[in-house]
Amino acid sequence: MKKILVIGSGPIVIGQAAEFDYAGTQACKSLREEGYSVVLINSNPATIMTDEETADAVYIEPLTVEFCERVIARERPDGLLPTLGGQTGLNLATQLAQQGILQKYNVTLLGTPLSAIQKAEDRQEFRALMREIKEPVPESWIVENEDQLAEILDLVPFPCIIRPAYTLGGTGGGIANTREELWETGRKGLKLSMRSQLMIERSLLGWKEVEYEVMRDKKGNCITICNMENFDPMGVHTGDSIVVAPSQTLSDIEYHMLRTASLKIIRALGIEGGCNVQLAVNPDSFDYYVIEVNPRVSRSSALASKATGYPIARVSAKIAVGKTLDEIENPVTGTTMACFEPALDYCIVKLPRWPFDKFASGDRTLFTQMKATGEVMAIDRTFEAALMKAIRGLEVKQKDLRHAKFQAQADEELGESIRIPTDERMWAIAEGLRRGWTVDAVRKLCRVDRWFLVKMQNILAIEKQLQSGEQVAEQALKVGYSPSQILELSGGRVVAQDHLVYKMVDTCASEFESQTPYYYATQGTEDEATQSLGTPLQATPVFSVT
Amino acid sequence: MKAYLVLSNGAIFEGESLGSSAEIAGEVVFNTGMTGYQEILTDPSYAGQIVNFTYPMIGNYGINEDDFESDRLQPAGVIVHEACETPSNWRSNKSFAQLLEERGMTGIQGIDTRAVTRLIRGGGATMGLVTTDLDGAIERLSKTKTYDETDFVGRVSTRTPYVWGHYGREKLGEWDEGDYRGRIIALDCGLKYNILRRFAALGVKTMVVPATTPAEEILEWNPDAVLLSPGPGDPARLGNVVQTVRDLLDVKPLFGICLGNQLLCHALGGHTFKLKFGHRGSNHPVKDLLDGTVTITSQNHGYAVDPDSLAGTEAEITQVNLNDGTVEGIRAKNLRASSIQYHPEAAPGPWDSRKYFVQFVEEMVR
Repeated sequence: MKKILVIGSGPIVIGQAAEFDYAGTQACKSLREEGYSVVLINSNPATIMTDEETADAVYIEPLTVEFCERVIARERPDGLLPTLGGQTGLNLATQLAQQGILQKYNVTLLGTPLSAIQKAEDRQEFRALMREIKEPVPESWIVENEDQLAEILDLVPFPCIIRPAYTLGGTGGGIANTREELWETGRKGLKLSMRSQLMIERSLLGWKEVEYEVMRDKKGNCITICNMENFDPMGVHTGDSIVVAPSQTLSDIEYHMLRTASLKIIRALGIEGGCNVQLAVNPDSFDYYVIEVNPRVSRSSALASKATGYPIARVSAKIAVGKTLDEIENPVTGTTMACFEPALDYCIVKLPRWPFDKFASGDRTLFTQMKATGEVMAIDRTFEAALMKAIRGLEVKQKDLRHAKFQAQADEELGESIRIPTDERMWAIAEGLRRGWTVDAVRKLCRVDRWFLVKMQNILAIEKQLQSGEQVAEQALKVGYSPSQILELSGGRVVAQDHLVYKMVDTCASEFESQTPYYYATQGTEDEATQSLGTPLQATPVFSVT
Repeated sequence: MKAYLVLSNGAIFEGESLGSSAEIAGEVVFNTGMTGYQEILTDPSYAGQIVNFTYPMIGNYGINEDDFESDRLQPAGVIVHEACETPSNWRSNKSFAQLLEERGMTGIQGIDTRAVTRLIRGGGATMGLVTTDLDGAIERLSKTKTYDETDFVGRVSTRTPYVWGHYGREKLGEWDEGDYRGRIIALDCGLKYNILRRFAALGVKTMVVPATTPAEEILEWNPDAVLLSPGPGDPARLGNVVQTVRDLLDVKPLFGICLGNQLLCHALGGHTFKLKFGHRGSNHPVKDLLDGTVTITSQNHGYAVDPDSLAGTEAEITQVNLNDGTVEGIRAKNLRASSIQYHPEAAPGPWDSRKYFVQFVEEMVR
């Protein structure tokens, strides 16, 4: 094996956050580090991936079977790595394999075998596998045409969720509350699914949504990179949800119960590389359901990589060419191996960025189809401070938890704004809490875990104190207000002097010294960025439709 | 109330008192787990230590009735960045701070626990003092008996034997009762309940006996095997327990966990040494030299087996730590004795190494 073809992500569309460019670029670098010659095909010139220094040969061509075959015929690669370009790359690789093109040119498919990808992506096969390994999946129905859809209209409990198979970001999916809605959305979904396949399943609205980013190598070594807990409960696409890492409201037993399930699944599928497992967790018991598996590097992996410092795509690429986790170095520490699980000593908050400011007439309601076009990630030592930092990084009008639109709403209207998930719901929730509605009352409307609501209350308490001119500068800095915000909120009465220091994201909670960490700012006394030349990271810049 | 963490190297951290405000001293160690504080608080292997949690928000999911690993809070004290006052989890019935107050444990919050960790990483595990009175604190700390000079096993070991079966704790008289695949005796140097729960789940009944129980007494109960439990402190101080292990070698199958690994090492003629700052967390990779697999393990130990000291003994090294190469498992195949340095019972931590309980039970009943 000398030459490897990597399929890029193609155009960046709504439902992506440019994660596949990130993953693909890392993979190309990683393969070249291992001494392979890398050929890249991608139709999108506005990517880092297509920079000259990323690959040995770059083809900016349409991502179709026809053009791909031409590149293969000309370059004669020994291997093809399809699992880092998202769904586009996977679908293309599948077609190349099915049409015998890979066989014709003697190209080996690297990474997770296609059969495993098929098992993970085909709803029916996946559910059969879950039953085999005794992992719970919500009761559901699979339909492949309108007749089958008509047959189940009277069987399904409402509300139910409609998920088309083989689409990106859940396009064509949704929630149906009535027979009529199921019929309408279902018919649309059948048309949009590449394989004309829909899954209709019991709604788990209000359950916690938790994700695990896991990896496996060919020897069967399995690790968890990170878990994430969604602020928005089940019902909102995880790409449209506010996400924290690590999980905050799972006890050790729950954390490891779900971790064990995730590793069992990645083993049963035979994934070689990174994989994302989504779970719904009952907030009042040990019950959970496996919702979905992404058998490849995904948007969540990009987030998990940046959240932990663990380079998932880079390690996945090395696994694809046959290395095992205990043979790959952890490039952050430079002294330990990639076969371990990152320990975080900070809190990550991801806020999605939606394009509604560009599409003023767009429907702002969120459900199972992703509408966000980007995201910001903020790091700090507490949830409050990370949330405030993320809001400031979002490049929207709101710089804290105040939003004029909701402040102007009457109680009844505000209740609806809290109940129905939209891109602005966080501010509606804050307004409810600001009006003195109890945590339980707000929770009843939005189903967001009490933990998050209490944390928002903590910020609002400071907001109120600042507005009345109380001298709470230190507390305000601690929950994430900047000195200028403090000055503005207090009408110039409270003056704060911040003491920002930079701490490392080093994958190991400082247990080991690190060679190439990155930094985040926090209020504190010990600055770790004084001796080295790192790039301070406040919040990752917004990627949005322009 | 203002409180201070004073380290023996002179470093002073100012924070807020959490739980009891009584002055305490102990060896300051850090744990990098992101969950599991309730299990850590009740793990006897933390006796005499002040646990510094690297995860900055502790207590998020509260304290529940089920996840205790012993009946007492075991560390000398705790250091946290922020203790969560309003936890959220369906099993939670009190907050972290409430538990500390109820049980009279001293803690301190508002501390940059990352800075404390970096100090320990650089200078090694060190003695520390948590106090509300800074006057003369360094002098009081310097007069405190160090961790290494203290026998903690005697403090944490059970006073009287008890039995653990399918339904939890039982009376001694019930040792012979019930349908079990096997019966083992656990020499309690600082046992965690989850070890007993794991054995019970595999159909094995356990009798827990004080660490000072001599071999003859253990053998009178005629167990199928003997478990050498985890526990706190320097194994080199436990000459009498090592003698018991030596007396049992080749008489009964032996299985050691954590301190049990070090006791087996001493009994086989090897030595142990103190690690710079130990391994405490839920993410330590261990390579099994017998099959080449790597397992992510839960760890809590400050001492390790000296591999060179095993030369010429019956012991062979079966597992090593992937990060620093330290010994993680040994066995003396001919003597039917094996042990591991980490915690297959997890609680807290990953469940991946539960297979070693299964292996041990399979070998025992064979």
